[in-house]
Amino acid sequence: MTDLFSKFDPLIEQRAALLGTGVTDPFNLVMEKVESPTVAICNGRRTILLGTYNYMGMTFDPDVVAAGKKALDEFGSGTTGSRVLNGTYGGHKAVEQALKDFYAMDHAMVFSTGYQANLGIISTIAGKEDYIVLDIDSHASIYDGCAMGNAQIVPFRHNDIEALEKRLKRIPEGAGKLVVLEGVYSMMGDIAPLKEMVAVSKANGAMVLVDEAHSMGFIGEHGRGVAEAQGVIDDVDFIIGTFSKSVGTVGGFCVSNHPKFEILRLVCRPYVFTASLPPSVVATAATSIRKLMDSADKRAHLWENSKRLHAGLRQLGFTLGTEEPQSAIIAVIMPDLEKGAAMWEALLNEGLYVNLARPPATPAGVTLLRCSLCALHSEEQVGEILTMFAAAGRATGCIS
Amino acid sequence: MSDRAEIYAKTAELIEPFNKKGVAVTERTRFAQDLEWDSLTVLDFVANIEDEFDVIITMNMQAEIETVGQLVDALTRLTAKGN
Repeated sequence: MTDLFSKFDPLIEQRAALLGTGVTDPFNLVMEKVESPTVAICNGRRTILLGTYNYMGMTFDPDVVAAGKKALDEFGSGTTGSRVLNGTYGGHKAVEQALKDFYAMDHAMVFSTGYQANLGIISTIAGKEDYIVLDIDSHASIYDGCAMGNAQIVPFRHNDIEALEKRLKRIPEGAGKLVVLEGVYSMMGDIAPLKEMVAVSKANGAMVLVDEAHSMGFIGEHGRGVAEAQGVIDDVDFIIGTFSKSVGTVGGFCVSNHPKFEILRLVCRPYVFTASLPPSVVATAATSIRKLMDSADKRAHLWENSKRLHAGLRQLGFTLGTEEPQSAIIAVIMPDLEKGAAMWEALLNEGLYVNLARPPATPAGVTLLRCSLCALHSEEQVGEILTMFAAAGRATGCIS
Repeated sequence: MSDRAEIYAKTAELIEPFNKKGVAVTERTRFAQDLEWDSLTVLDFVANIEDEFDVIITMNMQAEIETVGQLVDALTRLTAKGN
């Protein structure tokens, strides 16, 4: 008998070698207690959270928590059903209305996760004769959406406007075209040149989908994302987003002005063949989204945090993913996985949690310590974070 | 351009800048196993091929192409279609 698991042997060996050095497993951390959006207890130790995507710090907002409790009491713990059968409650319509108001768009469709939103929309709207043109650094959920559908897939070099244009021009006349971009790329924390890319896509007759998972609530005047900040949101056909980052719960969505958008509720399999979100989740999401509309002060403070951490880490001698801070993600580039794991552990021992990211999730085979800031990180906490990076960096030899 | 030999010669020429191991390239050379290309190298190489022949090689097609010979066959078909 061939062991179906033998294909995982290289990864099992790499993991064993890493853990054999005695380093704490970076992919098995348990948060024993969570005190706030920025502090948790890990291994009995008070730890500052700098790797949660909790950009706007909504997870402990009193209004958000109260809305969830009320929905639990009034609607129960779960819907036990699909959106198209028994799984649409008033709360699901209310959160879709909140999204329409937030984005000023005609349609909103809520999925059970952000992953399913990309999976569902991309696999459903691009058919066999259609072409999907996507950035090579796209998130796994975008690639999986491509793999689940049967469109022709054409990747182009990351953020390369000319490469995108060339490929669009080579697509056969009359074929349907979908360009898939992200506002913020979550590994390096860099943003896309959406102004130019959306213009090029439209000039070549393509529809455009932008995943704004990492920009919602933070980037753009109303927090609608990079497409808003660069003034092209009206030319974007579909925006994909998530409730699991700035919104502070779980779920995914697509908003659009396409006049036929609502038909997707009947033909999109990852929407139809799964249970809908629990009533408490949609209630917290709707409350959070409405509060995010008026969060200009928090957005400004988050930018301050991002700028300060970026400048501070650079000053300490770390290599960062971007020249300038472009989002709430700061990626610290590590020389290799072993050094990265050692640095990750040293930071944890100092009382700081960041994400260790490595190939294949990362571009160009790099190992990263990915930091995501929160609007609720205080000035004092950012100072502590820099002190901890300095100590851990020197202890592991990452900086001198 | 539709002559297969000519396409093969051009393809071999475009492989060379990425042939870091100095493998002697033949029709049977495999991109992943013999040339040991990673996904980024494949992207760059495919982009050069696409520009040279003015075609699109989708990821769906790439999944079916393992060897240099198979790529030349695909390019021969694609360029013939355009003429």
